[in-house]
Amino acid sequence: MIEVSHLSKRYGTYLAVKNVNFSIAKGEIVGFLGPNGAGKSTIMNILTGYLSLTQGKVTIDGFDIAENPEKAKRRIGYLPELPPLYVDMKVREYLNFVYDLKKVKFPKGPHIDEIMRLVRIDHVQNRLIKNLSKGYRQRVGFAQALIGNPDVLVLDEPTVGLDPQQIIEIRNLISKLGKNHTIILSSHILSEIQAVCDRIIIINHGEIIADDLQDNLSEKLSTDHSLVARVICDEKDMLTALKTVKDVKNVVLLGKKESGAYDFEIIPEEGADVRAGVSGRIAERKKQLLSLTSNRLTLEQIFLKLTQAIDNDEARRMLGIEETSDMEKAALEEDDEMSIEIIMESNEQEGEN
Amino acid sequence: MLAVFKREFKAYFANPLGFIVLAAYYFLLGYMFTMYYSMGAPTVEYVVLSISSILLIIVPVITMRLFSDERRQKTDQVLFTAPVKLINIVLGKYFAALSLYALGFAPTLVYQTIVATHVSVNWFYYIYAVIGVLLFGAALIAVGMFISALTESPIISIIFTLIVNVFIMLASSLASAITVPTADNWFKTVTAWLAQRLVDFLNGMDFVSVLESFGNQAFAVKDVVFFVSVAAAFIFLTERSLEKRRWS
Repeated sequence: MIEVSHLSKRYGTYLAVKNVNFSIAKGEIVGFLGPNGAGKSTIMNILTGYLSLTQGKVTIDGFDIAENPEKAKRRIGYLPELPPLYVDMKVREYLNFVYDLKKVKFPKGPHIDEIMRLVRIDHVQNRLIKNLSKGYRQRVGFAQALIGNPDVLVLDEPTVGLDPQQIIEIRNLISKLGKNHTIILSSHILSEIQAVCDRIIIINHGEIIADDLQDNLSEKLSTDHSLVARVICDEKDMLTALKTVKDVKNVVLLGKKESGAYDFEIIPEEGADVRAGVSGRIAERKKQLLSLTSNRLTLEQIFLKLTQAIDNDEARRMLGIEETSDMEKAALEEDDEMSIEIIMESNEQEGEN
Repeated sequence: MLAVFKREFKAYFANPLGFIVLAAYYFLLGYMFTMYYSMGAPTVEYVVLSISSILLIIVPVITMRLFSDERRQKTDQVLFTAPVKLINIVLGKYFAALSLYALGFAPTLVYQTIVATHVSVNWFYYIYAVIGVLLFGAALIAVGMFISALTESPIISIIFTLIVNVFIMLASSLASAITVPTADNWFKTVTAWLAQRLVDFLNGMDFVSVLESFGNQAFAVKDVVFFVSVAAAFIFLTERSLEKRRWS
């Protein structure tokens, strides 16, 4: 549905987007994740034809956005970061305008009614947009993107500035639309991407540093399969008791977290599952296990780890996605050690927290 | 194009701006008509052509927010990502501004009808004057729209357009203030050549004299061509400057 190859965008001397490649199949919901200024909005503006590209090629459903902009744009609904609303118009008047502008073929009245019902703005249709709250404006912006029922929806930070109730509503709407649309969503709110998207593209400094399914990403990055157990017990006895569980490599006492309860970090042998052994041992000693959690990375941790990496090459190496020649491999190994150190450091910080 | 035209024209009346512009027109035209009428010379074509210097101030008000405001409010994103050619967006806005400008002259039709009830009038002279003033506006609005597309602020847009229009207003007096020296040595030859080019340039900027020739009651193709080509050139430049912005 969307093919982006070798896309670059230069603002004067500043290279905002560097050689970006990805393709999105019909029906996918893809999340663009990256810190502010990473180039998410720039890429979206190029996809929708608002900005031109400096280099590369973008096709929407087979139509090149540079060579055949009208056909390509007809297939896209775009909700920019700031909804492009004329505040001196009424909601329905504005949607009528967008309908005319996009030269939509569906019957006008029913089509607009349907969209207003879907995003739940039908009861404010005769109010001036300038008198609407942020949440309603965002929904009007959403309605604008949906007019003409385009196959592709490009949503730039659709929930920014909304209250939790509205965020849930918008998120549900995105999930609902995802059933018959291809959706690209950008956000720096991680839980949002996690809740809605199947696939995540992480962007930093104008480059893609990761492009994978959510589960694969956290697996690839998690070199750490340790568990954290919180037990009401005497710390020294339990430490030795846990160390002798089968397949446990090491146990570290993390300290007292609640009154009478201690946290232990249990590091298993490579690939071993020690959960049953650990809980069994604690039960044997007649102690109460309060929680047993995996140290597997959450999306938030992945994101921080990747975007805080010294540079994008290093971030890619963490994911093991860089193709390197034999020449470079020796040098890389050293760097690998460095990235492991960084992972360890970040774990230590988490422990402290 | 029609969608943009309709929205833009309505937008003038969504705030007081459109009403203020029309009120200014109607007051001035009414005043001039009363003057001419009381002097016993009810020639409406002169009324139509009499407010050219005021038009040079009204036009920046009409054009100031055409593109600058869209850019500031980021509403241009809905226009430029719609499956519409850029030139159609530009033309839609341009004709909306021109329509407001033209609407200002509607009362002169009433004046002409009133005068026609008791004096024999030449409708061709009147229509020719109206065509002249519309073409004058067509050229000025294109210039104003171009300036509006260059900036993000309606204030900068209106100030810059006013400066250009004041320059247009003063062009003929500036041109006549320049004396071209006689060429008797090489230095004077150079200055004479430069002075002559400057005078030519200022005369070229003199939209007002071209407009006045529409009151000469003789059809002149060159005057029509002049305004039409200025308008076309600046519409084209507007489109190019918007396109250029996508690339920078």
